[in-house]
Amino acid sequence: MVQARYQTAFRLYPYAKVADQAASTPRRHPVVIIGGGPVGMGLALDLGKKGIPCLVLDDHDGVGMGSRAICFAKRTLEICDRLGCGEQMVQKGVVWNLGRVYRGEREVYHFNLLPEEGHKRPAFINLQQPYFEQCLVEEIRAEQAKGAPVEIRGKNRLIGLEQKDDHVLIQVDTPDGPYEIEAEYLVACDGASSPTRDLMGLGFDGRTFEDNFLIADIKMKADFPTERRFWFDPPFNRGKTALMHKQPDRVWRLDFQLGWDIDRAAEIDPDKIKSRVAAMIGKDIDFELVWTSIYTFRCASMEQYRHDRVFFAGDSAHQVSPFGARGCNGGMQDIDNLAWKLAMVINGQADDSLLDSYHEERKYGADENIRNSSRTADFLTPRNPAHVLFRDAVLDLVEHYEFALPLVNSGRLSTPCTYDGSSLNSMDALPNGPMRSRPGSPMPDAPIEDGYLLDYVATGRFSVLGINCDLPEHIQLKSYTLPCLSLRSERDVLAERYLGEAQSAVFLIRPDQHIAGRWPELNTLALEHAFETATGGS
Amino acid sequence: MSKLNLSPNLEDTDGFYEGLLNAHNGLKDADIHALNARLILILANHIGEQDILEEALSAASAALKRD
Ligand SMILES: Cc1cc2nc3c(=O)[nH]c(=O)nc-3n(C[C@H](O)[C@H](O)[C@H](O)COP(=O)(O)OP(=O)(O)OC[C@H]3O[C@@H](n4cnc5c(N)ncnc54)[C@H](O)[C@@H]3O)c2cc1C
Repeated sequence: MVQARYQTAFRLYPYAKVADQAASTPRRHPVVIIGGGPVGMGLALDLGKKGIPCLVLDDHDGVGMGSRAICFAKRTLEICDRLGCGEQMVQKGVVWNLGRVYRGEREVYHFNLLPEEGHKRPAFINLQQPYFEQCLVEEIRAEQAKGAPVEIRGKNRLIGLEQKDDHVLIQVDTPDGPYEIEAEYLVACDGASSPTRDLMGLGFDGRTFEDNFLIADIKMKADFPTERRFWFDPPFNRGKTALMHKQPDRVWRLDFQLGWDIDRAAEIDPDKIKSRVAAMIGKDIDFELVWTSIYTFRCASMEQYRHDRVFFAGDSAHQVSPFGARGCNGGMQDIDNLAWKLAMVINGQADDSLLDSYHEERKYGADENIRNSSRTADFLTPRNPAHVLFRDAVLDLVEHYEFALPLVNSGRLSTPCTYDGSSLNSMDALPNGPMRSRPGSPMPDAPIEDGYLLDYVATGRFSVLGINCDLPEHIQLKSYTLPCLSLRSERDVLAERYLGEAQSAVFLIRPDQHIAGRWPELNTLALEHAFETATGGS
Repeated sequence: MSKLNLSPNLEDTDGFYEGLLNAHNGLKDADIHALNARLILILANHIGEQDILEEALSAASAALKRD
């Protein structure tokens, strides 16, 4: 039996009995993904597009109801562009770049998260998480129709696993009873309370913040601005914070800080919530409650994201507070990082050691997210009188002096991680090259003649970018073919982001669009060496 | 190498100290704390350098520990 743990918004992968369930010996799969949330589905899509057979097991038959994530960052959209479904998300989503912070009723400052031109994607879109997941699953269906070897099994629950020498043995429960399969690699994308983690007896250490927040997603006709608006000490929630954010379908996310000692039952009462909402938006605006919940949060991480043949990605590996929108956005960077590594190792193009760099790079990324998220939480939820003292001092100073603005922390919104110091990077060999395209960084987008740069490197494989130096169409390194893109650039945005003071440059680009190395001109030997480094050799 | 200057450095030692005391005159406890918090943030911003600020935090904490 597989009891539902939550309601589904869309039923996308109904249970169906498969041959594996009747097999006399467990069938072997190259990659099994536990959990079909955004992270698991993103990984399946990425692997499937690369031709790597993968099987997703989810214990429900569709996307969970209720909105959790709404803010999807530019980098996530770029990853989804590479996967083929970025456009659908942007079409459906609400585009925004601006955040405003108020104290009481006065605006204290605003910030633009993308204060420059020349990017295909905006800083953020707001989109209900169920839609985001639906887009991923629809794209998987489209790829399956073209022959991508992805399989999704709904109402298949992981109930046991055992690491063997060359595989993982997995026990799965279904409406027709349990069965077993084997996986060469298992990726746990089974969320913050990861059963995989528990079955393996692994820890998830971190901090719980003593605060409650109420989410009210409401539907209304109103012309509030398409901005992230955040209040400290507003008249409708004195001494606490509040947030207002637009979503598609005339839905708005309202978020109220409640404090620690609350009567949960009283707070979740619809009448009480309605009166809170009315106090915030004004008495004359009609609205209906679409979704409400009270959440607390913690920042936690596993110590190791790789355990032999088992990998952890998304919330199963790390959890953050929602204020920086770093949860799902961080998880999408996990799969962006893991998919190509698994594919190369499974295809025999790289050694197993490449997979260690998944932990190295993504733990580094998660630490950054947790650091940012914890600092925001400490600002919003002061833990002692000294914290309150300094928080109030900052908010007061802001009204008098500009210097204090950057100290106000209502959320440091998700930015992509630069893998500084990663063992996959080659030494920076471009004198006076721009910081933002140094080895380890995700490629900054830039306008080029026929559109945007990232669309031209969205190949999901290693490639070479040359600016002001003519590269051949391909460069052959042993058995790997590197497609080359040659561009001209002079004193334009591309030059500013990729050349700096250099006249020309050559970049080795990883399948996840991170820069592995850069040089002033093509040097095949250096390129070959960098390719080896970037694929886990030395 | 320590960057934080822990040698005498004030242009007008007694004048500064007098001003510091005067700023606190007549304040209630809560306001004393509030004033100092603002002062710290203003001075920290002026210094700007993270290394120096970290050293200053450690130096202050060390001077608080008594045996
Ligand atoms: C209030 C709130 C607001 C948020 N806002 C944002 C935001 O704006 N931006 C952002 O980026 N992030 C946000 N997040 C975080 C975001 O929702 C999560 O980071 C994201 O859902 C993680 O995705 P995941 O795929 O790792 O895990 P999940 O979404 O939790 O998916 C796990 C999946 O595994 C399945 N599963 C569990 N156990 C088993 C089992 N035994 N067998 C098979 N399957 C199993 C589950 O059914 C589920 O489908 C927010 C979170 C909250 C709570």
